Amino acid sequence: MTIQKQGFPNTFIYLLAFTSGFCIMGIELLGGRILAPFFGSSVHIWGSIITVFMLSLSLGYLFGGKLSTRSASLAIYGTIFLFAAIALLPIALSSQWLMEGIFITVEDSRYGSLLASMALFFIPTVILGMLSPYSVRLLVKNSNESGQVAGKLYFISTLGSALGTITTSFYLVLWFDINIIIFGFTTALASLGLLAILVSKTKGLHQMEQTHG
Amino acid sequence: MAKKLLFWLSLCSLISIAQAQVIHQERSLYRNILVEDNDDLRCLKFNVRSTKTQQSCFLKSQPEQLVFNYTKLLMASLLVMPEPKHILIIGLGGGTMSNTLAQLYPQSQIDNVEIDQAVIKVAREYFEFFENDNVKTYNQDGRIYIKRALLKKQQYDWIILDAFNGDYIPEHLMTKEFLQEAKALLSKDGVISANTFSLSELYAHESATYKAVFGDFYQVNNQDNANRIIIVNRNGFAVNSLNKNNIKQLNSTLLKYGVDIYSLYNKIYFTGIEQNWPKSTRLLTDQFSPVNLLNTQ
Repeated sequence: MTIQKQGFPNTFIYLLAFTSGFCIMGIELLGGRILAPFFGSSVHIWGSIITVFMLSLSLGYLFGGKLSTRSASLAIYGTIFLFAAIALLPIALSSQWLMEGIFITVEDSRYGSLLASMALFFIPTVILGMLSPYSVRLLVKNSNESGQVAGKLYFISTLGSALGTITTSFYLVLWFDINIIIFGFTTALASLGLLAILVSKTKGLHQMEQTHG
Repeated sequence: MAKKLLFWLSLCSLISIAQAQVIHQERSLYRNILVEDNDDLRCLKFNVRSTKTQQSCFLKSQPEQLVFNYTKLLMASLLVMPEPKHILIIGLGGGTMSNTLAQLYPQSQIDNVEIDQAVIKVAREYFEFFENDNVKTYNQDGRIYIKRALLKKQQYDWIILDAFNGDYIPEHLMTKEFLQEAKALLSKDGVISANTFSLSELYAHESATYKAVFGDFYQVNNQDNANRIIIVNRNGFAVNSLNKNNIKQLNSTLLKYGVDIYSLYNKIYFTGIEQNWPKSTRLLTDQFSPVNLLNTQ
């Protein structure tokens, strides 16, 4: 009974971690495309994008770990997904005027692309990065299995990243506009986040019923 | 088996050494650059040692002769425009186009834009690419150059887009938005000539995009190696925009470069009369430009 009840959220959390890994790399890959009209396709474009993604992921890990020490719950986990989805929207909706402003003020396309990457990708990637340590917190039940759980989580989320990269670069860009792909990622993250909140609420009700009964 | 293979490989390499000699080789940020000498012919190649990737060639004894077919095809643009005073070349290669135009129009200003510093260096050292007060080179991405030029309110009479090599196409230099920017940089009677492909699925997408931005255009094809030149102006050409009045004079000026303007005149065709791609073709935009994927299909 308890094993079954635990089994569902665990698989669910792995699925969410997979999706966030998928989206992170999908967006990173689109980053080159988004910046190219204003900052070109020189090698420093990728320098800027990868720097910003690594920097924001590292900070995200730090913040996510910190946040997980304060009464961690599936509801907060789902809320992080919702915030990540919202933070991605400006990439589709405001990137044009943002990049135009940066292009006009910063002459050097290296720093222009770095600034634009920061403006567009920093916040969503920090939030997405928070999910990894938070997932570990939700999954680990005793310290003995913590390494194994963390390993499995990295395995699944990084596998998601690999698939996100190849799917986006091989197929999605061939079928859809960049903004449509971003909206797709946003929808996936938001609906999974809502689902997580919903699951935690019904679980909470269930627990309340149990204590009352 | 392995021995046999090795034998053939060494034989092949011996033959190719006998035919062509690599006199310079370097790996830049973007590609491998090779300079090969084959008797009198010197060629610039990117990436692999095959004829498919030749970027620029010239005859050492007759440097003014245009060896490559597409550089000759580009001259067809002269049939639809007055003498250009300000010329912009995106994609330097060996600098042969710049050299030729500098000779043809010594008073005109020529701006070359090349993303790869190593290519500029090789053009200077091995292809007699020359620069002076009128001929300048900028080491920059073509799209950024055009955007900055627009901010500075510059104008050009002739923009030559020659940034594509066989292996990789910069995707942001083929989109509707890019073409609109280039169009805004044109002077009143200005013309854009693009050296690009005529094979693969990309043909239809590219043609549809040019037509959407510029209207009907002229095109010269080179059946042999799948090159084509697209020629457009600001307002779209009307039927019979070809200027026959100065063709005789053009012919005598261009003869020494190996360009036969009469044959170009016969080869050039107008999309207003014949359009050979499906009407419903999706346009290439900054949002949708999988041009390298389309080019392989």
